[in-house]
Amino acid sequence: MGSVCKCSCTVTANPHAHLSSMASFVRFCSPILGSFLGAPLSSGYRVPQCVWHKGFGRCSVRSSSSQDTSSAGEKVVLHIVNQDGMKTTTQVTEGESLLDVVVNKNLDISGFGACEGTLACSTCHLIFDENIYNKLGPIMDEEMDMLDLAYGQTKTSRLGCQINIQKWMDGMTVHVPQEIKDRRSE
Amino acid sequence: PNKSAKSPPRYCGGPPSNRKSQLGLALFLNLLSRSFGNSVHRSWRLSDYCSTEVGASHTGRSHCQSRLDIQVDLFERLPVPFGLVRFGVAPDHPEVKNVINTFTQTALHERCNFFGNVGVGKDVSVAELRQAYHAVVLSYGAEGNRRLGIPGEDLRGVYSAKDFVGWYNGLPGNKELRPDLSSETAVVLGQGNVALDVARILLSPLDILKKTDITQPSLEALAESQVQRVLIVGRRGPLQVACTIKELREMVNLPGTMPDMVTTDFEGVASVLKDLSRPRKRLTELLLKAAQGAASRQAGASRQWGFHFLRSPLEILPADDLTSTAGIRLAVNVLEGSHEGARAVPTGEVEELKCGMVISSIGYRSLCIDPAVPFDHHKAIIPNTVGRVQTGAGLYCSGWVKRGPTGVIATTMNDSFDTARSLLQDIEAGVIDVYSVKPGSRAVLSSLDSRGVKWVSFSDWEKIDKEEVRRGQRVGRPREKILDVAEMLRVAHS
Repeated sequence: MGSVCKCSCTVTANPHAHLSSMASFVRFCSPILGSFLGAPLSSGYRVPQCVWHKGFGRCSVRSSSSQDTSSAGEKVVLHIVNQDGMKTTTQVTEGESLLDVVVNKNLDISGFGACEGTLACSTCHLIFDENIYNKLGPIMDEEMDMLDLAYGQTKTSRLGCQINIQKWMDGMTVHVPQEIKDRRSE
Repeated sequence: PNKSAKSPPRYCGGPPSNRKSQLGLALFLNLLSRSFGNSVHRSWRLSDYCSTEVGASHTGRSHCQSRLDIQVDLFERLPVPFGLVRFGVAPDHPEVKNVINTFTQTALHERCNFFGNVGVGKDVSVAELRQAYHAVVLSYGAEGNRRLGIPGEDLRGVYSAKDFVGWYNGLPGNKELRPDLSSETAVVLGQGNVALDVARILLSPLDILKKTDITQPSLEALAESQVQRVLIVGRRGPLQVACTIKELREMVNLPGTMPDMVTTDFEGVASVLKDLSRPRKRLTELLLKAAQGAASRQAGASRQWGFHFLRSPLEILPADDLTSTAGIRLAVNVLEGSHEGARAVPTGEVEELKCGMVISSIGYRSLCIDPAVPFDHHKAIIPNTVGRVQTGAGLYCSGWVKRGPTGVIATTMNDSFDTARSLLQDIEAGVIDVYSVKPGSRAVLSSLDSRGVKWVSFSDWEKIDKEEVRRGQRVGRPREKILDVAEMLRVAHS
């Protein structure tokens, strides 16, 4: 791809990819991709560092993990499995949210982060391994309100915009839920 | 027009032979959609096919189709895009509108064109579009509303939620609504999220509203409003409310208001809580808490809101002048069955409530915009199979006109992905003949020009956008929407 990915990502293709990989043909052109098809987006788009403080929107977003910034900047290894089963391994920075990660790493997840981290949608829905999930800290009412509307919600689901990377998450895997309903069900 | 002059770039690697056959094929596949509502918008994720990804698909063996450039043209009736994100989402929900940034980036893609102020079915027919494009996707939503079908429905003071919401959100067709806000009690029929939006806007403190993009005339009207009490009436019980918890929470937390509900309506509810799914359980718990008055009362709360259950509208009662609303007569129901499937059955008992305004929020309804397109008048949708309309190849639908008018942005987004997938499958299978040459927008625009239709490009919309933001800044608001199509066009073509 012509796009520039600044991290050291490795992408492993799933040799058993099936028809639903057709969906990956069609890329989601959105501001969450730092550059689209090699052409940088206009500078008018601002990188959402602190999306929940923009404008006069209700600042109802709270970080679910601790406010600890004492070791901000440390690198952590993260694995993300997308809807087609493809795993991406990337280095992320302590303190950034999983929404930030998807945005900054140009990860191609359909419709991810539509409301830009303001707890007004459920498109940053991610599934965690149980041992990780149990350590993630309390979930606020506002997050659960939106998570309850998400497709494919599981017992270990959270909204990515509410989870900040911490050192102990080194090596964790998150899964993008199967938001695509079975086409044969129609 | 905002078309880029350069040819679509090639990004993916792949065997040189693929590239050669690609260039030879005049693959200018034009896809078109009727409206720029969020559903279709989300389905147009444009790209070249990467030959490596075609390899991964078990059907993608056709090398000729390995690198297909898709051109998407969007036709929208209004000069402005975004549909319900602009005209349906409440003014005090600006974060829900963030998705506009995403849509804008898609619209700015060089293979995507926006043509506003073009009415499909009026300025150009679906048949003409099907001749001009390889595929047509209809995603024009639901601009009608379900009628109550009761006497008094046409009295002054009775409005559909669609019109009321359109009024405070600046939909040009609702500019002249002038709702009557002079009585103390308003009744909203329906208990979905739209009903809650209406109640909330009626009761919100002005301090909150005046920082939003609500229209100036609506703000002024609401400043004079005498409405102090809003009853949100539903046919069934607390376990069947269609609204979601975020919206209910907003009502509970609305400054200057307090809940006013009849706790007897909640008999038996607490005992079934444990059997409910988590979303329904949490919603019901909050409703119960509000009804029991345990929810925090706001200091100085003078306005009230409440759910009124097990009531169906029978008649809207006129005042002495015989033209305005004085009250509503309701049938009292019992429930047969339980949970989502419960049915409301009239008991024969009747209740009358005094009110000066009735807002009917019982659902939107799609319209048939072109007789050439099959339409199910009973369900008010276009009959389809996973988005494919059965009138020969190349016609699709997505969003509310496909499934019916329910669902949040994520629902409609995923639905449009489904339609896009059907379309891509049809390309792969050769059902859509991508080798035929189609004129695309060239043909359509020349017809429009000959008919005197002044279409609006995306960069023209950006002029409207800038002007609205500029006017808003003058009064400390995010934007001041232009309420008049003629003025939109004037700004667009200035």
